[in-house]
Amino acid sequence: MFRNVAELVELAESKNVKISQIMIEQEMEVTGKTREEILGKMEINLDVMEKAVKRGLKGVKSHSGLTGGDAVLLQEYIRKGNYLSGEMLLDAVSKAVATNEVNAAMGTICATPTAGSAGVVPGTLFAVERKLNPTRDQKLEFLFTAGAFGFVLANNASISGAAGGCQAEVGSAAGMAAAAIVEMAGGTPSQSAEAMAITLKNMLGLVCDPVAGLVEVPCVKRNAMGAANAMVAADMALAGITSRIPCDEVIGAMFKIGQSMPSALRETAQGGLAATPTGRELEAKIYGLPLTKK
Amino acid sequence: MKYKSVFDIIGPVMIGPSSSHTAGAARIGRVARDLFGREPKWAAISFYGSFAKTYKGHGTDVAIVGGLLDFDTFDDRIKDSLKIAKQRKMKIKFNEEDAITDHPNTVRIAMGDEKDEMELAGISIGGGKIEIIELNGFVLRLSGHHPAILVVHNDRSGVIANVSNVLARHQINIGQMDVSRKEKGKLALMTIEVDQNLEQAVLDEISALPNIVQVSRIAD
Repeated sequence: MFRNVAELVELAESKNVKISQIMIEQEMEVTGKTREEILGKMEINLDVMEKAVKRGLKGVKSHSGLTGGDAVLLQEYIRKGNYLSGEMLLDAVSKAVATNEVNAAMGTICATPTAGSAGVVPGTLFAVERKLNPTRDQKLEFLFTAGAFGFVLANNASISGAAGGCQAEVGSAAGMAAAAIVEMAGGTPSQSAEAMAITLKNMLGLVCDPVAGLVEVPCVKRNAMGAANAMVAADMALAGITSRIPCDEVIGAMFKIGQSMPSALRETAQGGLAATPTGRELEAKIYGLPLTKK
Repeated sequence: MKYKSVFDIIGPVMIGPSSSHTAGAARIGRVARDLFGREPKWAAISFYGSFAKTYKGHGTDVAIVGGLLDFDTFDDRIKDSLKIAKQRKMKIKFNEEDAITDHPNTVRIAMGDEKDEMELAGISIGGGKIEIIELNGFVLRLSGHHPAILVVHNDRSGVIANVSNVLARHQINIGQMDVSRKEKGKLALMTIEVDQNLEQAVLDEISALPNIVQVSRIAD
């Protein structure tokens, strides 16, 4: 069983197989289930992700009215063709937003690794697939590779905003996505690790400060930028750029930063954006409370 | 390692908006119901830490009650669980606690009916993964990801051997086992995580052993 990224990469490279293969083999060993059973279970998750994106791109609105409809706006903008950054990048952003808008509307999603960060992995997958034309099995491999890196993060740092801030949620999701994009694009296991390191370094310190305690503001837009971060980091790693700080050490730093984050910035709606005048005003309005109560 | 499966990371499939505060909460509620053995008639649910501050926004309240009603994390009825509980005449009370707990996502559920009462504490550690940390005053560690048996018994020699003998006879493998007691010679609790779901006959056999007070199970 791999315990860190170095061991994961070493396993894959010594056996000359993809990271996804190592993850599937470990899952077989741990659960005693067959390869087919495990792939079948992942396929259910993939189906849920596809449906969530589709639903979000039609336009949804959350109960609070704080979020919804931005995925549609972005798709319309892409169609007009006047964008500056890039079509695939914006497509990933739009699809990440779509998933999280569905989540905020209490729709059905697949947590990757959490619900609040569920947009990044499927958003990037369904954007890069248009260029890379993966088979159904390769899409499943994308999820296993993302899962393998997330597994290391969850066990060595955290994937909970209440424990480690948003860096643990959207940060983790973005790192996982970057690693999986690299594998799907034909990069090596080492390059996947570099992509995750580069992504995480740019997510360190991100706090969890949801307005009114709702997984909406700023979560939906954090998913947007998580997806963008993952796409750019994947391209950087594929270009041969490496991280000066090894991936496992970045994860270690993330864990320590999470531990030293004050509770007000760990999913308690007590600090950060939640505590801004507008954040407080929205909170009072949603719960029908007088502003002075907090 | 706390996370053992890739599906702890890619999954669960769930109703939004939060894996820890919605899906994890539903799982804690469902494990509580399993341990109680039937639907409770009343439940007093106390939230701590981040749960206390944000439970309304995350739907933690409806999710826990959904779990008590036996709904899975992806069951659409979770959204209407408070209404459904009312229809089924389940009395629910929520408390927001100020006390600082070890984990920021902690909930304590006291529940019961005319026959019995139970109290447990659970934590939601991220990505929908949960641990039950306390049952009726006993400290325990239960992932909720494997079938498990919980045996309340008198703290006497030979009880553990008798229980494991029953399991051995039925060729049930023990994955993890934990024993705790409140006081020497008084009540004790055995927590046994096993590899397969258990037949009622096995539980009955354990219940019939000397010094056994109560046996309950959690299905996979």
